[in-house]
Amino acid sequence: MSGTWAYIAQRTSAMIMAPLVILHLVVIVYAVRSGLTAEAILGRTQGSLFWGLAYGLFVLAAAVHAATGVRVVISEVTRWRGRSLNLAVSAFGLVLLVLGGRAVAAVVL
Amino acid sequence: MPTMSALNVSVWRGAADGRFETFEVPHSTNQTVLDVVTYIQRLLDSTLSYRFACRVGMCGSCAMTVNGRPRWTCRTHVTKVAPDLRLEIAPLKNLPVIKDLTVDMSDFFTKWQRAKGRFAPTKTRSDPVEKIIPDSQARQAADAGIECINCAVCYAACDVVTWNPDYLGPAALNRAWTLQNDTRDGDQRQRLRAVAGDAGCHACHTHQSCQEHCPKNLNPTASIAGLKAAAFRAALTGKL
Amino acid sequence: MIRPHRNHAGYWAFLLHRFSGLGLAVFLPAHFLVLGLAIEDASKLDSFLVWTEGLPVKAAEMGLVFLLAIHLLGGLRLLMIEFLPWRDWQKTLIVFAGGASVVIAFTFIVNAF
Ligand code: SF4
Ligand code: SF4
Ligand code: FES
Repeated sequence: MSGTWAYIAQRTSAMIMAPLVILHLVVIVYAVRSGLTAEAILGRTQGSLFWGLAYGLFVLAAAVHAATGVRVVISEVTRWRGRSLNLAVSAFGLVLLVLGGRAVAAVVL
Repeated sequence: MPTMSALNVSVWRGAADGRFETFEVPHSTNQTVLDVVTYIQRLLDSTLSYRFACRVGMCGSCAMTVNGRPRWTCRTHVTKVAPDLRLEIAPLKNLPVIKDLTVDMSDFFTKWQRAKGRFAPTKTRSDPVEKIIPDSQARQAADAGIECINCAVCYAACDVVTWNPDYLGPAALNRAWTLQNDTRDGDQRQRLRAVAGDAGCHACHTHQSCQEHCPKNLNPTASIAGLKAAAFRAALTGKL
Repeated sequence: MIRPHRNHAGYWAFLLHRFSGLGLAVFLPAHFLVLGLAIEDASKLDSFLVWTEGLPVKAAEMGLVFLLAIHLLGGLRLLMIEFLPWRDWQKTLIVFAGGASVVIAFTFIVNAF
């Protein structure tokens, strides 16, 4: 059963991320175009509710997506399965969430 | 000295710890890979073990690995797969080798049962015959997967089976999907539960190796995708 | 190299998807850490961005953009297969995803210089 929910979490996060990744790619190209100084980035993002929400959601979905993805890869290339693996990848997802949350805070607040 | 029309054939001998043995077999027109194996067994080495029955692509017993790909040997022409007249014939992958070209198919059939690949009747013989509308969506989905001959070619081609030995595999899941689309079947919920999760449809990576190699041109990948979506919906509505 | 039974479009698409996914999962923590620099001091981020002006870093960044694009397009293809009715032009889709990813990565590199 845990496999079914991991699958659901992974595909749902993928659906959420699809438009956000497109947005992110546009942002990347736009940012390198305008010279990519810290000021240029922060001036546009700081205090913006839109960027805060978009990238907050992006980080959350990416953490879930990466954790569930890594879970599958590990279970296929090693013999590690079951509860301890689920806990380990959850920890990985949590680390991503904290680091990503901090990054969003740094850029938006 | 090999003549122009002689095939150079390496055949797997022994169990998992065996080795290839080379034979020279005369090449003829319309020769199948099964003909080659039969020639060796009849005329060169009668201890060679292999399976076949129908010779016409119906029974599913003759599958082997031919030049690295799983194939039904009775309907595989030598000229098609060995233009250079070299053949390497090995037992199917992902199943334990018994001897030479015969593998133990138990896992394959056990998983078929574990996926509830068995029709669960809901009526008795005194009920009237159920009307099935041939062009309904469900019937078309069932029809698309129903010609499976249990040859295990797809099972041998699937890397997820190699990486995750519990994985039910393309044939069993394809069978489950045909039954999920059979309106007369009474085991839908239990079957969906049996095929969901890490050992079932959700482990499939859409490699399409099963579809690529299935000699009957079935598309287990599409059937498995159907199961994934059905299980997704059922889980979210609390019906799994 | 690639075994014969794996040498077909669907398997190549899988390999690209798996390795791009792994690459992104490894890169993500580093990416977050760098952006987190701004929390302490924007000038730290700036000095990092100056460092990224170098050619090797630009090349690596292009690689990452490519990974992101190919994982996105490959992922959209998988979602289509799993949640929409089957379509027989899978191979066309795979080729399209690969081509479009290269184009996106090129757009990046052209703009970066
Ligand atoms: S599509 Fe799924 S079942 Fe078919 S070979 Fe790939 S992983 Fe196996
Ligand atoms: S799905 Fe195709 S390859 Fe697989 S067992 Fe059935 S006939 Fe053979
Ligand atoms: S011998 Fe029956 S399918 Fe080949």
